[in-house]
Amino acid sequence: MAHEHTHDHGDHDHGSHLDETDARVRALESVLVEKGYVDPAALDVLIETYETKVGPHNGARVVARAWSDPAYRDWLREDATAAIHSLGYIGRQGEHMVAVENTPEQHNMVVCTLCSCYPWPVLGLPPVWYKSAPYRAKAVRDPRGVLADFGVTLPDETRIRVWDSTAEIRYLVVPMRPAGTEGWSEAALARLVTRDSMIGTGLALSPAAEERAAS
Amino acid sequence: MNGAQDLGGMMGFGPVVPEPVKPLFHAAWEPRAFALTLAMGATGEWTIDMARFARESLPPPVYLTSSYYQIWLAGLERLLAERDLVSPDEIAAGKSLVDSRPVKRVLAADAVADTLARGGPSEREAVAPARFNVGDRVRAKTMNPTGHTRIPRYCRGHVGTIEAVHGVHVFPDTNAAGTGENPDWLYGVAFEGREIWGEEAAADVSLRIDLWEPYLDPA
Repeated sequence: MAHEHTHDHGDHDHGSHLDETDARVRALESVLVEKGYVDPAALDVLIETYETKVGPHNGARVVARAWSDPAYRDWLREDATAAIHSLGYIGRQGEHMVAVENTPEQHNMVVCTLCSCYPWPVLGLPPVWYKSAPYRAKAVRDPRGVLADFGVTLPDETRIRVWDSTAEIRYLVVPMRPAGTEGWSEAALARLVTRDSMIGTGLALSPAAEERAAS
Repeated sequence: MNGAQDLGGMMGFGPVVPEPVKPLFHAAWEPRAFALTLAMGATGEWTIDMARFARESLPPPVYLTSSYYQIWLAGLERLLAERDLVSPDEIAAGKSLVDSRPVKRVLAADAVADTLARGGPSEREAVAPARFNVGDRVRAKTMNPTGHTRIPRYCRGHVGTIEAVHGVHVFPDTNAAGTGENPDWLYGVAFEGREIWGEEAAADVSLRIDLWEPYLDPA
């Protein structure tokens, strides 16, 4: 019972705190609109952009193209910003892109220990965990521990490279292409490419796992 | 500054908690706080580095117990107050109490797509040759600036190898202080995990950190 009480009390505090934040954001928006600093219609467009247009499906297309087209893969290695732009993904938080490819020898993981730097044009806005203390603290020191949190175990012979996004260069992980996908279309391959596999906290889905996820 | 934002290597926060791609936001106010931050950033009243410094200037107990959009909101309020654009009293009242100066630019709805596509590239023309080349050994300086900086504490004093020369980029330390962009060479520097964390750490982990030339000495 004591536990239940604590739990209820905790939820209540949590709720009030969020209500307080909610009221504060509404108040701030009113003041900014009244002063003519923001156009409320622009706010709606910004939100709609990241809720519906920009997201990890963009990055999945980049990865699927790189898996299918060696010339594109080479371009992505040489000049990721231009190669990604060619598919229409450009701009804020993706001005300077670098693609890092996973191999049997090396797995890559991307973090921003200092804030929340993330390649928006290809992955959208970052998940809560990417911006939170547990990940930002642990990724650089214990990446295998982070992978375990995601249920991922790498072979012992695979080295890990962690990329800390401390400047305006943004990193996209190109996961390894799953076995059993020979001859697949780019659209089919893209469905195997998860957000986490492009951050390096996950792997691309196997065809069987994708089938389970889709059903 | 050695604030709560500089989290690399800290312990005790518990496991990372994965989450699905949707929902993107977790409370009704989050998308509004997000959009307000972007729209006010587009006014040109501050730089991205000033915005980062405003967030990391939160007292550590507040920073570590706030959600990320709460941190953004607190940073935005600080930036607005510092520039006499919106006072805390006005936010408390939910309305404008004094006539404030206009901002440099207002982001219009029909300009959002172009503004996002343009972004804010940080690369500038080089005016001096790079001091370091790929393969050079460098030591991250021991330094503890009280202002904004992008050299994480965990790498300070350690030796790494230049793996990439990214060109010349706006220097965050001065760009946050309002003393100019002072673009300088930016390098991708590789460090062995054990160089940073000691012999207890895994031997097959390495780190890549982007560091500006003023953060580095030859080693």
